Amino acid sequence: MAVRRLHPEQPLSFAFSPDNLAWAKREIAKYPPGKEASAVIALLWRAQEQEGWTTEPAIRAIADMLGMAYIRVLEIATFYTMFQLAPVGKTAHLQVCGTTPCMLRGSDALIEMCKEHIAEHPHELSPDGQFSWEEVECLGTCANAPVVQIGKDTYEDLDPELFDKLLHDLRTGKPVKAGSQTGRQASCPAGGPTTLLGDARRDTEKV
Amino acid sequence: MLQDKDRIFRNLYGFHDWRLAGARARGAWDGTKALIERGQDWIINEMKTSGLRGRGGAGFPTGLKWSFMPKNDPRPSYLVINADESEPGSCKDREIMRHDPHLLIEGALLASFAMKAHTCFIYIRGEFIRERERLQAAVDEAYDAKLIGKDNENGWDFDIVVHHGAGAYICGEETALIESIEGKKGMPRLKPPFPANVGLYGAPTTVNNVESIAVVPDILRRGGAWFASLGKPNNTGTKLFQISGHVNNPCVVEEEMGIPLRELIDKHCGGVRGGWDNLLCAIPGGSSMPMIPAEQCNDLTMDFDALVKLKSGLGTAAVFVMDKSTDIIKAITRIAYFYKHESCGQCTPCREGTGWMYRVLERMQHGEAEKREIDLLFNVTKQVEGHTICALGDAAAWPVQGLIRNYRHVIEERIDAHRTAVKEAAE
Repeated sequence: MAVRRLHPEQPLSFAFSPDNLAWAKREIAKYPPGKEASAVIALLWRAQEQEGWTTEPAIRAIADMLGMAYIRVLEIATFYTMFQLAPVGKTAHLQVCGTTPCMLRGSDALIEMCKEHIAEHPHELSPDGQFSWEEVECLGTCANAPVVQIGKDTYEDLDPELFDKLLHDLRTGKPVKAGSQTGRQASCPAGGPTTLLGDARRDTEKV
Repeated sequence: MLQDKDRIFRNLYGFHDWRLAGARARGAWDGTKALIERGQDWIINEMKTSGLRGRGGAGFPTGLKWSFMPKNDPRPSYLVINADESEPGSCKDREIMRHDPHLLIEGALLASFAMKAHTCFIYIRGEFIRERERLQAAVDEAYDAKLIGKDNENGWDFDIVVHHGAGAYICGEETALIESIEGKKGMPRLKPPFPANVGLYGAPTTVNNVESIAVVPDILRRGGAWFASLGKPNNTGTKLFQISGHVNNPCVVEEEMGIPLRELIDKHCGGVRGGWDNLLCAIPGGSSMPMIPAEQCNDLTMDFDALVKLKSGLGTAAVFVMDKSTDIIKAITRIAYFYKHESCGQCTPCREGTGWMYRVLERMQHGEAEKREIDLLFNVTKQVEGHTICALGDAAAWPVQGLIRNYRHVIEERIDAHRTAVKEAAE
């Protein structure tokens, strides 16, 4: 378990933007009547995308929308570790995977670089407030380890050199390309595929 | 080696179009209506014939699981697809969802029909944001093409809801996943009642892994006997293997069940870094499975039964390979930290035990321990294992047990080395 508490400084209020509100209503409607609570994770996500982090007023507002007790939504926000309970870097919040498959491919070095170039501690803002980082558990891209997730995208097959370049590009506002940083296709072996060498099209023969 | 014509995931690496048109060209959504017209019993029987064992880790026969759903129940039935792929080492469902999502959607329709479910929830882990967007786009395509939805052309009213998590490994446990969909913390439920009787919203529910569902259309089109002819008896069919760690070319690849580990690594991954003799050990099925030392890897075949014999398991077929440069205590300590982090906190042996095991290992990694603590640690793993509601306690205990069983000498050597260093420093 991880100890996760709300940030001491909270904004005064929260409201979904009109677009997000309409989206939230559609999301709630996906679930059977009386089961509105099912949409809680989706709504918290959208609130986090809108505000940059998960705030206490957002937790209350979403609880009211779904007819849930505040404590139930607070439980969700503190249980699920992707909800950022404190402000994160404006440009990027780097989630560096440190679990064993990434560790075996050198994620320790990436974490050291985060400490050096961003902030000494995880969840701490860099001096200019633009960056923050944390070590996360397995991101599920182990064949492309080590990997860093920033926002919606993963940056894979990193090494210190490539990570340094990525950090530099983020800092200077250069466009960055998600996915494998060595240019390989998804989780295909680096030297080229060893299977599926012919045409993918094939009649499904009936046996 | 598996031939290309027998592969199910023809767009595993995304070289081709993932959209409906591309998927159709690869054979998806071909004659789905005809399959449905053959009826529920035929589908379930065909799945039983195929011998497919669930691809989420436990290896429970899929056809049998489907047949547990109550007949003639007034409540709605649900199919829930577990796409909360979080077991360290596993990265196969991601490839299915982003490169061949229509296989999953078609499989969801067929499986739901077999279980008389009109609604299917796909629970995707929070980190897979692009995968969720891709899958949602594919679901929307299927709705637009009238393949699913109300009054669709396949003749079975069917809705898919793509639901996402927010970073909790425990939600891969089926009852925790159900709790999470209901809008609660992902804490596993006591079983019984099993989800087939009281599942999502209190209704009959079957939870299946993404890969188990995505192979259904091909099995039904080509016949259960075709699938059963691949692999080994009781371990049939094809499987996505995910190889990470110290190999030259880590990758995901579809192979026959029961492929020798060495062939898998040499053929598809360019061999172990520094050659086969540089292998220290391999973890065959995701982080919760105990490691297999190199000397047992030579003739090892990758299937459920062979690995159980070695006190390990196939799990999700996520192989991580460690060469001789690996600090094995550190590698297992990191796994122990993972389970400490991911324990939901519900059962005391797991909540306290995972932290305890991690802290002892953290000291052992630096040799700062007593040798008698090795037995004590083993004893604690036994007190966690089997004493929790879900299998996370077991999953946390097994790798530590594997470490002590196979590498006790390494721990002892490190303790000795640390003692000597302290003594020298004192003198």
